[in-house]
Amino acid sequence: MTYAPAHGAFAASWLLLALPLAGAAISLLGGRYVERFGHYLATLLSVLAFVLGFVLFLTMRTRAPGDRQIHQFLWDWISVGHFHVESALLLDPLSMVFVLLITGVGSLILIYSLGYMAHDPKRRRFFGYMDLFIAAMLLLVLADSYLGLYVGWEGVGLASYLLIGFWQYKPSAATAAKKAFIANRVGDVGLSLAIMLMFTAVDRVDYAGVFSRIHGASHADITAIGLLLLLGACGKSAQVPLQAWLSDAMEGPTPVSALIHAATMVTAGVYLIARSAPIFNLAPDARLLVTIVGAVTLMYGAICGCAYDDIKKVLAYSTVSQIGYMFLAVGLGPAGYAIAILHLVAHGFFKATMFLGAGSVMHGMNDQVDMRRFGGLRSVMPVTFWTFMMGYLAIIGFPFWSGFWTKDKIIEASFDKGGVSGYVLGLTALLGAGVTAFYMTRLMIMTFFGERRWTEDVHPHESPSVMTVPMIILAIGSVIGGYFLIFGGNVQHWLTPVLGRSAEEGVHTVSKPVLTAITLLVVAGGIFGSYLAQGRQRIPWYPPQAGAIVTAARANLYGDAFNESVFMRPGQYLTRVLVWFDNRGVDGAVNGLAALIGGTSGRLRRAQNGFVRSYALSMSVGALLLAGALLLVRAG
Amino acid sequence: MVHHDSFPWLTIIGLIPLGGALLIALVPAGRDLAVKRIALLVSLVTLGWTGVMTAQYDTAKAGYQFAQSTDWIKQFGVRYAVGTDGIGLVMILLVTVLVPVVVLASWHDSHGAPGRERPSSVRTFFVLVLSLETIMIGVFSSTDVFLFYVFFEAMLIPMYFLIGMFGGQHRSYASIKFLLYSFAGGMLMLAALIGLYIQSVHQFGTGTFNLFALEQLHLSSGLQDWLFLGFFVAFAIKAPLWPLHTWLPDAGAEAPIGGSVMLVCVLDKVGTFGFLRYCIPLFPDASKTFAPYVVALGVVGVLYGALVAMYQRDWKRLVSYTSVAHFGFIAMGIFAFTSQGGTGAVLYMVNHGLSTGALFLVVGFLVARKGHADIPSFGGLAKRAPLLSGLFLLAGLSSLALPGLNTFVSEFLVLVGSFTRYRVAAIVATTGIILAALYVLIAYQRTMHGPLKAGLEQVKDLDLREIAVIAPMLSLIVLLGVYPKPIIDIIKPSVAATYQQAHRTDPPPLATTAANDRTTNQDGAGQ
Repeated sequence: MTYAPAHGAFAASWLLLALPLAGAAISLLGGRYVERFGHYLATLLSVLAFVLGFVLFLTMRTRAPGDRQIHQFLWDWISVGHFHVESALLLDPLSMVFVLLITGVGSLILIYSLGYMAHDPKRRRFFGYMDLFIAAMLLLVLADSYLGLYVGWEGVGLASYLLIGFWQYKPSAATAAKKAFIANRVGDVGLSLAIMLMFTAVDRVDYAGVFSRIHGASHADITAIGLLLLLGACGKSAQVPLQAWLSDAMEGPTPVSALIHAATMVTAGVYLIARSAPIFNLAPDARLLVTIVGAVTLMYGAICGCAYDDIKKVLAYSTVSQIGYMFLAVGLGPAGYAIAILHLVAHGFFKATMFLGAGSVMHGMNDQVDMRRFGGLRSVMPVTFWTFMMGYLAIIGFPFWSGFWTKDKIIEASFDKGGVSGYVLGLTALLGAGVTAFYMTRLMIMTFFGERRWTEDVHPHESPSVMTVPMIILAIGSVIGGYFLIFGGNVQHWLTPVLGRSAEEGVHTVSKPVLTAITLLVVAGGIFGSYLAQGRQRIPWYPPQAGAIVTAARANLYGDAFNESVFMRPGQYLTRVLVWFDNRGVDGAVNGLAALIGGTSGRLRRAQNGFVRSYALSMSVGALLLAGALLLVRAG
Repeated sequence: MVHHDSFPWLTIIGLIPLGGALLIALVPAGRDLAVKRIALLVSLVTLGWTGVMTAQYDTAKAGYQFAQSTDWIKQFGVRYAVGTDGIGLVMILLVTVLVPVVVLASWHDSHGAPGRERPSSVRTFFVLVLSLETIMIGVFSSTDVFLFYVFFEAMLIPMYFLIGMFGGQHRSYASIKFLLYSFAGGMLMLAALIGLYIQSVHQFGTGTFNLFALEQLHLSSGLQDWLFLGFFVAFAIKAPLWPLHTWLPDAGAEAPIGGSVMLVCVLDKVGTFGFLRYCIPLFPDASKTFAPYVVALGVVGVLYGALVAMYQRDWKRLVSYTSVAHFGFIAMGIFAFTSQGGTGAVLYMVNHGLSTGALFLVVGFLVARKGHADIPSFGGLAKRAPLLSGLFLLAGLSSLALPGLNTFVSEFLVLVGSFTRYRVAAIVATTGIILAALYVLIAYQRTMHGPLKAGLEQVKDLDLREIAVIAPMLSLIVLLGVYPKPIIDIIKPSVAATYQQAHRTDPPPLATTAANDRTTNQDGAGQ
C-alpha cells in the first residue's frame, strides 16, 4: 500500500483540523473578550473547514482511483524502539466521505445553534465545545495510525462529556455525562488492547504497516484483535452491551444530540471496523460476532424505541437501532463495508434532520419532550413538520427516499450471506424495518397529528429561519441523498481503493424485486400497526398500564438495572472492603509492627517532639554502625 | 561512559537554592514579602541554569555527563561524585520546574494551617523548600552511592518539618508515620550498602562507593538477591509500591499543598528512580529474578490505588491514592525490561509530577477558599467559579491519561511495553483506565456539578496569581501530550544503556512477516 504525498491543494490538509481547533481554542480561552463574536467565529471556521474539504474532494476526484490515498506527515509523535507513531494525516476516499459529512452536517448544525442557543448564558462555551468536537472527529477519521485515531476517539468522547453535561447544574445531566464517558472507556480498554496486540504481533500500529503484515500473524491473534476492536466500537457506537449511555446522553442540548449522538460520533465504531477491513477480512469469527451484535442491537433499539414517550429518547433508541444496521452490514465483510458506510451517511442526514426537528418542536414547546403533551403541531410548525416528514420517510425506507436504498441493501446483503446465519440476520433486519416503521409512525402521530394535548402555558410557534434553513437543507439531503449514494454504484465505487471491491452482483438468496416488495409490506405493516394503536384513539396524558413486554421496554429492557446490579453495586462494595482493608489490614499491620518496635502506637502519636531527637539519634547510630563496619572491613 | 566536564554544572545548580535558603535566613523577621520574592527569584534562577545545562546535554551520548569527582572521605573511598544521564536529567528538570510553582502556590499557605495557635514562620517555610530542592538535585545527580545515601536520608528532614510544622490537623501523626517508614527503608538500604562495600574491599582490594566500580562486582546470586532486596524495599517504600504505601495518603493529605507537591511529585520519584539507577545496574541478575514479582505488585497497585481512591472523601487523600496507582504503572514499566516500558516509565515519572502536581495545586485552590478539601461539602462550584472548574477538569483529565495529554503517552508506552512481555499483567492493568475515569469524574462531579451547595455562595474564581501558578503546568501537560519527543529523546538512550547492563532486549514480534522485516530493516524507525 503506497500513499501519495500531500502536494498541491492537499498540502493544506492539516488545516481541516486546525480551523475548528482554532475556533475551539479562541472561544474557550478568549473569555469575555470573545463573548460577542465567539459563536460566529466558531461557526465560520467550521464552514471554512467544509469549504476546504469540498475543494479537496473535487481535487481528489480528478486523480486516478489508485492515487487517491494522500498522506501528510506533520511531526514525530512517539518513537521508542520499534514503537513508532507519527503525527500524520491520511486523506483517502473513506476519510473524505467522513470529512464532508462531519464538516457539512456540523456546519449546518452550528448555524442552527446560532438560533437555538441564542439566549444561553454559556453560548460561547457551547460553540467552543462543538468546534472541539469537530476537530477531534476529523482527527479520528484522518489519522494514519490506530494510536492517532485513539486520540480523536477520546477527544470526541471528551467533547461528548462536556456537551452532555453542558447544563451540569442539573444532576441528571452531570450523571449522564459521566456515564457516557465511563461506558466509552470500557470500550477504550478494547481499543487500547487491540493496539497493544497489533504491536506485539506485527511490530506496527500505523494502518499501512499493520495491514501489510497482518496476514503473518496467527489466526488467534487476528481474531483477538478483531474482537477487541469490536469492544471499542461497541462503546463508542452504543451497541449492546455498552448501549446504556446513549439515551441518557439526550440530557445535552438538542443540536448536540443531532451532531454527536446521531450523525457522527456514534458512527465512529462503524468507521473503525470498516477502516480495519484488512484485519476483519482475515477474521471471519470476529465478523460473525459483529453481525450478531448488530442484529441484537437493531432489535433492542427498535423495541425500546416503541416504548418511550420522550421524543429525544425515541430518536436516541432509533439511532442505537440504525447503527445496529450498520454493524450488521459491516460485519458481513467485503459484501457489506461500503453498504454500511452508505447507510451511515444517509442516516447522518435523516437523523440530523429529525433531531433538529425535535429541537425545533422543543423550542416552540418550552423545552418539553413528552410526546403525550404534543399533538397537532403540523399546522403551527409547518416547516418543522415537512422537514421532519422527509426524515421520517427516509428512515422507514419509503420508496426513493435515501433509507429505502441503503437499508434495503443491508437486508439484501444479510440474506445473501447464505446459510442459516444469513436467514437469521436477514429476517432480523427485515423485522427491524417493520418495528422501525411502527415507532417512527407513532412518533409522527403523537407529535404532529391528532388533537392538541398541550399544557396550558405553551404557545407553539415556528422556529426562526436561522434554524429552519439548516433543517430544510438536511431534509433535502434525506430525500435525494440516496440517488447520489447509490446510482451508478457511486459511493461504493469511490470507496473501493480503501475497502476493496464489494462482492459482484451475483446469486441472490431472495431475488431483489421480491425482497423489496416483502420489505415494503413489512414497513406498511408497521405503519398500519401504529395507525391502529395511536392514530385511531385518544392518546392519554399519562402512559397507561401495560403488559410485561412494554414495561420491560419502558425500562430499556432492564439494561440499566443489569449494569447497576452486576457492575455498580458489587464495585461499590469492593471499594468499601478495600478501604477497610487499607485502614485496618495493611496500615494496621505496619502500625502494629511499629508499636512492637517502638512501644505502644499511642505513645508514638503523642511523642512528636521527642521523636525528632530520637530520629537524630537513630541517624547517629546508623552513622556509627556504618563507620564501625567500615573500620571492621579495613581491619579485615 | 562517563563524560567529565570542566564546568561544575550540577554542583552550581545544586548550590543556588541552598544559597537562597541561607540568604532568606538572614532576612530580618517580618519581611515576609521579601522572603517570598527571594525564594521565587532563586528558584527561577535555578530553573534557568538547569535549562541552560539541558541545552548542553548531548542526547547522542549514552552514559553520564557533566560528571565531576573529588575525594570526600578518603579513608573510606567516599567521593563527592556527581554526574547525570538522561534519566537523572529529566528528574532534575522536574524538580526545578516544580519548585518555582510551589513557591508561588504557597504564597499564602506558608503562614501555617488555619486554626494554628500561632502563625508559623514564612522564612522557615521557604528555607525548607529551597534546601529540599538542593537535596533533591543532589539525590538525582550523585554517582557515589554513599553520597546518594546521605542525600536520600537528608531529604526526610526538611520534608518532616514541612509536614510537622505547616500541615493540617493530624500533621504530627502523618509526619511521624512518614519518617518511620522512610527510616525503616533507609536502614535496609544502609545494610545493603555496607554489604556492597565489603564486597568491593574483597574484590578490588580497596573499598569504594563509586557506582560504576560497584557495577563491576561479581556477586553470587544469593548475595545479589539479598542486597537487591535491601535497596528495593527502601525504594519501594519511597515510591510507594503497594503494600508499603499507607504512609502516603496521610502525609499527602496533611502536608500543606506545596509540601504535598514536593512529596508526591518529587520525593517519591526517588524510589522509582532508584530502581533504574541502582537496583538494575548493581544487581542485574536479581532484578531479572524479581521482575515478575515487581510487575505483579505494580498491577495490584494500579487497581488497588484506583479502587481505594474512588471511595475517598478528601481530595488530597484521593490524589495520594491515585499516585499509588500511577506508581504501580511506573514500576511495571521499569521491570517489564522493554525499551517502551522503561522509557514510558521514566516519562511517566515526569508526567506524573506535572499532572499530579497540577491536581494538587487545583485542590489547593479549594483549600485556600474553604480551608479544607472535603468532597461532600462542595458541589455546584462550576457555576460560581467556571475557570477553576475548567482547569480542575483539565488537571483531572491529565490524571486519567486522556489521549492528547502528556500522561497518555507515558501510560500507553508502559502498557504496550509490558504487553509484549507480560501480556496478562498488561491486560489487567489496562482495566485501570476505566477506574481512573471513575475516580476522577465521580469526585469532580460531586465537587463541581449539580446545584450550588450552601456556604459556597462567596467562593471566588481564580485570581491572577493562581492562574500564573497553574497555567505553566497545564501548558506543559498539553505540550508534552502533543510533542513529547524532546523528553523521550533524552530518556531513551539512558534507559537502553541501563537495560543493556541487565542484558535484556525487546522481545521480537510474533508475526513472521514482521520478524523478517525487522531483521532486514534494522533502523526500526518505520517508513
